[in-house]
Amino acid sequence: MAELTQARAPSMSSAVARFDPLPVFIFAMFAAAPFLASTSGAEGYVLSLLTRVMIFGLAAMSLDLILGYGALVSFGHAAFFGIGAYTVGIMASHGVEDALIQVPVALAASAFFAAVTGAISLRTKGVYFIMITLAFAQMLYFLASSLAAYGGDDGLTLSTRSLVAGSDFLENDFALYGTTLACLLGAYMLSRSIVKSRFGRVLRGTKENTVRMEAIGFQPLPFQLTAYVISGMMAGLAGCLLANQAEFVSPAFMTWQRSGELIFMVVLGGLGSLHGAIIGAAVFLLLEEFLPEILHAASFFLNDELRSRLSENWQMVFGPILILIVLFARGGVLGFIRRGSHG
Amino acid sequence: MADSLLELRSLRKTYGALFVTDNVDLSVRPGELHAVIGPNGAGKTTLIHQISGLVRSDSGQVLFDGEDITHLPMHERVRRGLARSFQITSILPAFSALENVALAVQARSGSSFRFFGNAAREEALNDAAMECLNVVGIGSRARVPAGLLSHGEKRQLELAIGLATQPKLLLLDEPLAGTGHEESLRVVETLQSLKGRITIVLIEHDMDAVFSLADRVSVLVYGRVIATDKPERIRANEEVRAAYLGEEESL
Ligand SMILES: Nc1ncnc2c1ncn2[C@@H]1O[C@H](COP(=O)(O)OP(=O)(O)O)[C@@H](O)[C@H]1O
Ligand SMILES: [Mg+2]
Repeated sequence: MAELTQARAPSMSSAVARFDPLPVFIFAMFAAAPFLASTSGAEGYVLSLLTRVMIFGLAAMSLDLILGYGALVSFGHAAFFGIGAYTVGIMASHGVEDALIQVPVALAASAFFAAVTGAISLRTKGVYFIMITLAFAQMLYFLASSLAAYGGDDGLTLSTRSLVAGSDFLENDFALYGTTLACLLGAYMLSRSIVKSRFGRVLRGTKENTVRMEAIGFQPLPFQLTAYVISGMMAGLAGCLLANQAEFVSPAFMTWQRSGELIFMVVLGGLGSLHGAIIGAAVFLLLEEFLPEILHAASFFLNDELRSRLSENWQMVFGPILILIVLFARGGVLGFIRRGSHG
Repeated sequence: MADSLLELRSLRKTYGALFVTDNVDLSVRPGELHAVIGPNGAGKTTLIHQISGLVRSDSGQVLFDGEDITHLPMHERVRRGLARSFQITSILPAFSALENVALAVQARSGSSFRFFGNAAREEALNDAAMECLNVVGIGSRARVPAGLLSHGEKRQLELAIGLATQPKLLLLDEPLAGTGHEESLRVVETLQSLKGRITIVLIEHDMDAVFSLADRVSVLVYGRVIATDKPERIRANEEVRAAYLGEEESL
């Protein structure tokens, strides 16, 4: 894990100054996608898939803020997904259906959970930090599973999506897509600003050399804790969106596997770049979605029975592919692109 | 005795059965350059760790500027004007030399809980940082990632970072270790120019540098201070010669 967090992209300080067209391209693609979707004939499917990609991108990016820039390997980030989603679900079940109330409550709950668990777990380092964040997330998972009034293990179906100032425009898939995109863009710009700011510079410095930072007069904990809270709130927002996208809330949103997937997405896309996490989420979810068909098409030379077996057991191929990308594309997909563009 | 800026009282640190520093009493006067010499393993680095707060002392007291700082964490001591360099270079390798120093300036200029604005473009921070880099003589290397500097330049950068915290007292742990001849001259020159303006505790093996720079010298052997005196008296001290100088350096 130390290796994982230390492996770094080219010097941040100089990377900050250069203009990177890739994030612009990514957001332009997301903005253009609905128009392409409406010509595809399967717009509901495409929109919902891409909305999910953006929601997971938002959660993965929030994790990158502390993992890629602060070397804090939180193995419980899905807990914030759960907090956001359950806030929406529980409030809706009590008749509070407006996002203008739900979202602030979800953000406050996420911030509170992050502040309390962060204050404890940030006193530990390395593997212990990983284990404690995992333990807190598991606690929340079991709590959600035991909430019989809110569906327990089975979860909770939302009767409608959240209202916005009384209007039900989120019922429209395009509107939900647009709202998700706006949230992702807003969180991205905020994160970008944070990373470059005085605060972000201290966070990055602490990641590189904590003792040196203390020796020039910084106390790392308040900076790390603040970053952890900000990150938790962003992931909580992703949870609100996920509840609306799925129109369903369940403990499965915050399993440790989900937390692991988020870490994977960040590493897959490229640590410490923000938009890399979005790419990672996209690659992960799209592979997960299309790998069975891709396998089926790619194995045209096999007989039918083998072909269908292969596409049924696509996960056997999924794992190795992910591992290969991480192993051979150092710095994730982003590292791959960078090396390509530098010849 | 003149009022001291730094005073150590019976400071002790043990690792298991090993007394690394043992009942160290030391008093550093304002404005002086106080060298601490001693053979390898004498406990010099550990003593610096204890003064700077990186290592907790088992017993004894550290008084700085009239205040008992024995139990303060390192960052609090830095804020009171107690800076240090490391024997084993400790920098931020992926940050430029300038940003390494600018961060130290940032630490003492206003809140760092600012989430907007590009810190790397803050003129006030960069100008002050640039000044420190020029003092140590690596201003021309400001934009180079610190990890790519030569070993000697990294030592100079350490010094610049320390200066940037605007210390009253600077603890330097072997700033010349591993530097080439030119760089070493440059560092000695820098220290000469700082003398009198900043109080300095200098740990150094280069005896030429020590005896040309120091106002007073303390000799640490097996964790104990066996002598503190003017350089020429230390040179003549029989006990010191026997314990240390005689065997390691021909004077
Ligand atoms: N963390 C530690 N654990 C155990 N022994 C240590 C530790 N740090 C230093 N020592 C021992 O303390 C002694 C003094 O070390 P040090 O302070 O580095 O000496 P110097 O800087 O004078 O060469 C050495 O014998 C060293 O092995
Ligand atoms: Mg030493």
